[in-house]
Amino acid sequence: MVITKGRRAGGRALQYTALLGYLAFLAFPLVWLVSTAFKTSREMARLDPTWIPLEPTLDNFVQALGEQDIIGAAQRSLVVALASAVLVVAMALPASYALARHRSRLNAAALGWVLVSQVFPFILLIIPLFMILRQLGLVNSLAGLVIVHATFCLPFVLWMLQGYVRGVPRELEEAAGVDGAGRWRTLWSVVAPLLAPGVVAALMFGFVSSWNEFLFALILLKDPQIQTLPLALVRFTGPEGVVRLGPLAAASLMATVPSLVFFSFIQRRLKGGMVAGAVKG
Amino acid sequence: MRRITALPALALTGVLALSACGSGEGEGGPVQLRFLSLAWQTQSIEANERLVQEWNDTHPDIQVEYVQGSWDNVNDQLLTGFEAGDPPDIIHNESSALAGYAARGYLADLGDMLPQELKDDIRAEAWETATFDGQVVGVPFLQESQVFIANREVLEDSGVRIPTSEEPWTWDEFAEVSEELTTEDRYAVAWPLGSPVNRVLNLSLNFGGTFFEVAEDGTASMRVGEQEREVLQRIHEQLYEDETAAPETVGMSGSDPLPAFYAGEYAMIQGGVYTRQQVVEQAPEDFEWVTIPPLVGDTAEQGAVSQTLSVAADSAHPEEAAEFLSFFLSAENQVDLALGDWLLPTSREAAQAPELNTEENDWDVATASADNLVMAPYLKVQGFDEWKNRVAQPALEEYFGGAITIDELAQRLETEGDDVLGRYR
Repeated sequence: MVITKGRRAGGRALQYTALLGYLAFLAFPLVWLVSTAFKTSREMARLDPTWIPLEPTLDNFVQALGEQDIIGAAQRSLVVALASAVLVVAMALPASYALARHRSRLNAAALGWVLVSQVFPFILLIIPLFMILRQLGLVNSLAGLVIVHATFCLPFVLWMLQGYVRGVPRELEEAAGVDGAGRWRTLWSVVAPLLAPGVVAALMFGFVSSWNEFLFALILLKDPQIQTLPLALVRFTGPEGVVRLGPLAAASLMATVPSLVFFSFIQRRLKGGMVAGAVKG
Repeated sequence: MRRITALPALALTGVLALSACGSGEGEGGPVQLRFLSLAWQTQSIEANERLVQEWNDTHPDIQVEYVQGSWDNVNDQLLTGFEAGDPPDIIHNESSALAGYAARGYLADLGDMLPQELKDDIRAEAWETATFDGQVVGVPFLQESQVFIANREVLEDSGVRIPTSEEPWTWDEFAEVSEELTTEDRYAVAWPLGSPVNRVLNLSLNFGGTFFEVAEDGTASMRVGEQEREVLQRIHEQLYEDETAAPETVGMSGSDPLPAFYAGEYAMIQGGVYTRQQVVEQAPEDFEWVTIPPLVGDTAEQGAVSQTLSVAADSAHPEEAAEFLSFFLSAENQVDLALGDWLLPTSREAAQAPELNTEENDWDVATASADNLVMAPYLKVQGFDEWKNRVAQPALEEYFGGAITIDELAQRLETEGDDVLGRYR
């Protein structure tokens, strides 16, 4: 079957159209957030919504910044999310390697238990957890929140990473051993580059989980000076689902910047990690 | 790879640094009180923060820390604090949440700690909303009544009588007016009934409908008789027989129908008095509106819950906390708080303030409606929250959605309701 240039170009155009449609779909929430953040209350309440604000205003930003410490809260959330993500990966990585490489019935049971631990509703655990953290002097501290976030994220990250470890052929490690590399050298030079995409994915998961987490932060952080972003954002909501949409959109928009920076940084590492494992040097 | 390996070090450094971020409580020095506030609107937050600052400036020996909570999550936050013995000293909540906390002994009895002046100033009906087994577990300070906001131009063009606080509409007149106001491209009224339970229960008092029979020992049982059915049926008739109410608004929350209201698709929208604020802020500048005072059935009485300030029983400084409450909820300050939330003060003196009786934004109509507010009977019912969420909310949704009849609704409320309430006996 001969594929003509015209048909090839048509197919390409179709691909680009689909891609553009998909991008538009993905971008919609962000575009709508930006649009809403600059609208007046009257414009937001129109029956025929506008894409581009008719009378753009900064009032929502002024209100958001004036009423809540959005910038400070975003900084604290960034630090907590970064620390939680790194801590959980640091804990999960050796455990996942052990689970994946030293397989036994006990390991299967352990992995099952890890997943079961995810089904408990947080609200059941929060009171005993609170009391333990209070004994440790970690209530009302960001360190306590980091530990809690990392702990609750750990089972899923462990599950994720042991899958990545299993994806690294055991033969590569054996070949490195034959070439004279020691255990640590094998792990560092052979396994680690191949695991990099998984580690980055786990970091992303840990970061997002912690960045969005609300309930533990609400319970643990009492001092207004150390509260995180979800706590600041929820204050634009009232009883029975009533929302001050303008300031909430403005605050949310400002709050997305740190996470966008983080993801743009870590996304490059994700690509780098994929390539790094392709050739054994 | 170097950058990636730097991350763990960065994180560990961060964790170590963060451990220094906890707030410690110093020994000696002024008394420290934590005030969990649920204020969320700009003016209300400003008023709260200003009053706390004013208190702190004039009471160097009793310092109050303002902590903002949120309505959606306050009870999770409080329950954890109570159970763990570390609640805020001063707690902002609504009276419907107090019965359970009072029964568990989480809240201090303020009966002997408040000045007589404050006790006398707040309406007795409001005190009832925060008094359980003779214990005053909160100071009620803001309430809301159920009104309608109407498109004034539509009402005037239709020639219907615009009601006043002195001459409100009866439910019958309201039904007749609704027929007048309904056209091919306009419904007379939008009933946003996404969360219908409290609204229906509060309005049912117009016809003496209480839904609960509470015995002297505090045990409750359900009753859905003719009086309880009255408001339910009237709303249902508007939706499905008269077709004067918009069926699409049944599942909406309070503010959802507002854009269509501004666009003229509904002549009236039902809501709490605070709805006026959203209309003022959002409606087109040439939009003219009017507040329709509470409807009258056998009476104009409506059930009311209150926003309250309580003191935790575990507070180390309950007397000082009560002292702060007395300051914070003085008549003068209640005016600011009411203006901030667009709600009604419980203070008689505050209700006389010129700002709350001006015709501007119909404050006079709103404030006058407070005279009809009585304690909502469900406030005294142990297990009301569970009854509301597990029984009443789904059953009312089905009823207003046209899926079940009033008899089926009544049966479900009674049988399933008694099952739930029986567990609290």
